[in-house]
Amino acid sequence: MNLQDTPNHLLVERVWSVLEQVPDPEIPVVSIRELGILREVNALADGSLEVVITPTYSGCPAMGQIEDDVRAALATHQLAAVVVTRLAPAWTTDWITAPGRDKLRTFGIAPPHTVPTPHADSGGRNVLHFVRKAAMAPAVACPHCGSPNTTETSHFGSTACKALYKCLDCLEPFDYFKPY
Amino acid sequence: MARAQSVVHAALEDMLHLADSALVLGQRNAEWCGHGPVLEEDIAMANISLDLIGQARLLYQHAAAIMADGSTEDSLAYFRDPQDFRNYTLLELPHHGPLAGTAAAERDYATTIVRNFLYSALMVLRWDALQQSPDAQLAAIAAKSLKEVRYHLRHARDWLVRLGDGTEESHTRTQAALDHLMPYTAEFWADADTATATLQADWEACVDDALDEATLKRPAPGGHLSRGKHGQHSEHLSYLLGEMQSLARQHPGATW
Repeated sequence: MNLQDTPNHLLVERVWSVLEQVPDPEIPVVSIRELGILREVNALADGSLEVVITPTYSGCPAMGQIEDDVRAALATHQLAAVVVTRLAPAWTTDWITAPGRDKLRTFGIAPPHTVPTPHADSGGRNVLHFVRKAAMAPAVACPHCGSPNTTETSHFGSTACKALYKCLDCLEPFDYFKPY
Repeated sequence: MARAQSVVHAALEDMLHLADSALVLGQRNAEWCGHGPVLEEDIAMANISLDLIGQARLLYQHAAAIMADGSTEDSLAYFRDPQDFRNYTLLELPHHGPLAGTAAAERDYATTIVRNFLYSALMVLRWDALQQSPDAQLAAIAAKSLKEVRYHLRHARDWLVRLGDGTEESHTRTQAALDHLMPYTAEFWADADTATATLQADWEACVDDALDEATLKRPAPGGHLSRGKHGQHSEHLSYLLGEMQSLARQHPGATW
């Protein structure tokens, strides 16, 4: 079937299924869709396609690579799209899908806890208080042996989005994907 | 028309102030890359720099779009001179007190931690407030940056307590760093209005609470008022920019 004749919703579905296979460049066991980086696929009025992605951290060095990977994956299926980077709403680890979390754990990265909700009328003291509250994080289960008996070695791990932990039972060090 | 232009000009100045502050501290902290006191801190400082430089890039891109005069994030970062930079003086100072030798030889982690603490506490409050900005893109940048700076504050505050309430040596050095850096925070509040007054009260409370836990004494206010935000910098900014900008200036427009 000629691409021009494909109805828009089928085209959009096809792009989603192609992009579902694009792995994250830094944690290739999960896809950019499972991480919540891939936000939208839109068929525009002029017939062209638009893919919306959002960065994890402001300085995430993988964004350029992800853009290239999206274009390359589409090109192998004779598809092309404008890739748009959008900041709002800000990416959150709460968008990582359940299968994505399982894959992270199997890979040896403890998946993030749900992001604690700041006080409703956030601002000033409340926002600072939230920092203290976040410091009293709930126990992070070891992705290797499942023990909750773990300790934080460092706030920052191999990338800005992870903290370094150590299991006090099986003694394995591991990364914890920080709630963001 | 003239009034509208001056509003845009003021908004741009503020954006460059935020961007320059993030870039200069990001560049300064990146000096620890490969030289951290322990491996974990080396990595932490590089990650914090990455966040700050990422925030600076988003702000410069947004500023360049508003300027619409051919400016780009690169021209703003690499082709402006020290007097054009609008960062707080605090952020350009080297990682040592006033009496040490060269920056490279005398890096002091207590200075790094105290500065990151004082600045992160401010930025948690400022980014939170800027989430309500009528400029939607700035509000979006603020929402992202807030998530990041919370971790920076948590990191710096934990180390402040650890060093302040640590050994005699670590306490002495952290107190010295605080005595040296605290006067530079007066600049945060120099252009006071009602919005900054609330911010200041919250910041002071956060600082006092942490200093108390860290068994550190807050130095008496007063002394020289720095004016980096207005383009009057210490000599340290020129060296920092010299190192950061030399490659881009020797090979303008280079790609690889």
